Amino acid sequence: MNAIPLEYYLTVAGVLFSIGCIGFLLRRNLLVLLMSIELMLNAVNLTLVAFNRMYPQSHGGQVFAFFVIVVAAAEAAIGLAIVLAFFRVRKTIRSDDADLLRN
Amino acid sequence: MRSLEIVFFAICTLLVLLGGVFTVAAKNPIRGAMGLLATIIGVAGMYLLLAAELLAAVQVIVYAGAVVILFLFVIMLIGPTTAETSDARGAVGRYVGAIVFALCAVGALYAIMRFGGDKLVTMPPPAAGMGSVESIGREIFTRAVVPFQIAGLLLLIAVVGAMAVASGKQDFVHGTDPPKDKAKGNPADAIPQKALAQKGQPL
Repeated sequence: MNAIPLEYYLTVAGVLFSIGCIGFLLRRNLLVLLMSIELMLNAVNLTLVAFNRMYPQSHGGQVFAFFVIVVAAAEAAIGLAIVLAFFRVRKTIRSDDADLLRN
Repeated sequence: MRSLEIVFFAICTLLVLLGGVFTVAAKNPIRGAMGLLATIIGVAGMYLLLAAELLAAVQVIVYAGAVVILFLFVIMLIGPTTAETSDARGAVGRYVGAIVFALCAVGALYAIMRFGGDKLVTMPPPAAGMGSVESIGREIFTRAVVPFQIAGLLLLIAVVGAMAVASGKQDFVHGTDPPKDKAKGNPADAIPQKALAQKGQPL
């Protein structure tokens, strides 16, 4: 179970985080923005678990990834509730239309 | 055995990266959610390779079973409006930000590949029972018991907060008419209000 070097996992996680962050910057559909955040959280989790596999004396990385999953689930629930409330008020889910505090 | 592991890693990498690109690039958010599902399955496979069996199961149950389904529910609830948002206006700043971030990412990847000097870092063999339910449970209920309780409290607050935000009793926000005024209002002016609402203007 140790044919794959650590750098490969870190590279995959880095590319996945970049895809998520670029999507977050480029898209303006609120649902796609939330999905991009999920991609970034998954990339961070992959990094944590890979480093835990590198230093297997404790389970700190895996436990931390577990808590990140908990926070991601809570964030998805709250975020989708906010998207629903926003859609009910403005009848759209474009992030550019969330400008009620602008003027 | 070794080549089998490499093939499995390659399949997982393909799932993760293609799913990620599909999530971000899909016009229709339902297809984006399918891409997110592929990414999550691929990451769960990588957890299996990294001796994290419990996390792989939790990943599939929580992400694929709950979060993606929640996304699909919201997409279906909102309806065809979700696919109509265009990315055209004000795109220059966004592209500049994305390109700057992509350059930073390339630099970071170069740093990662130089992490162990000239040759790649091979991992040590895993400890016995690493990532099993027993060892993770022992860790959670001894060293991480306070964060565990706080995570439970966070989930409770999230459930209550999601119900409060999505319950639909915020009609008084930002100066819209309260519901009782709408009920006795003139039905003739309901049509321009609706037309305005569809263009995304404040009601």
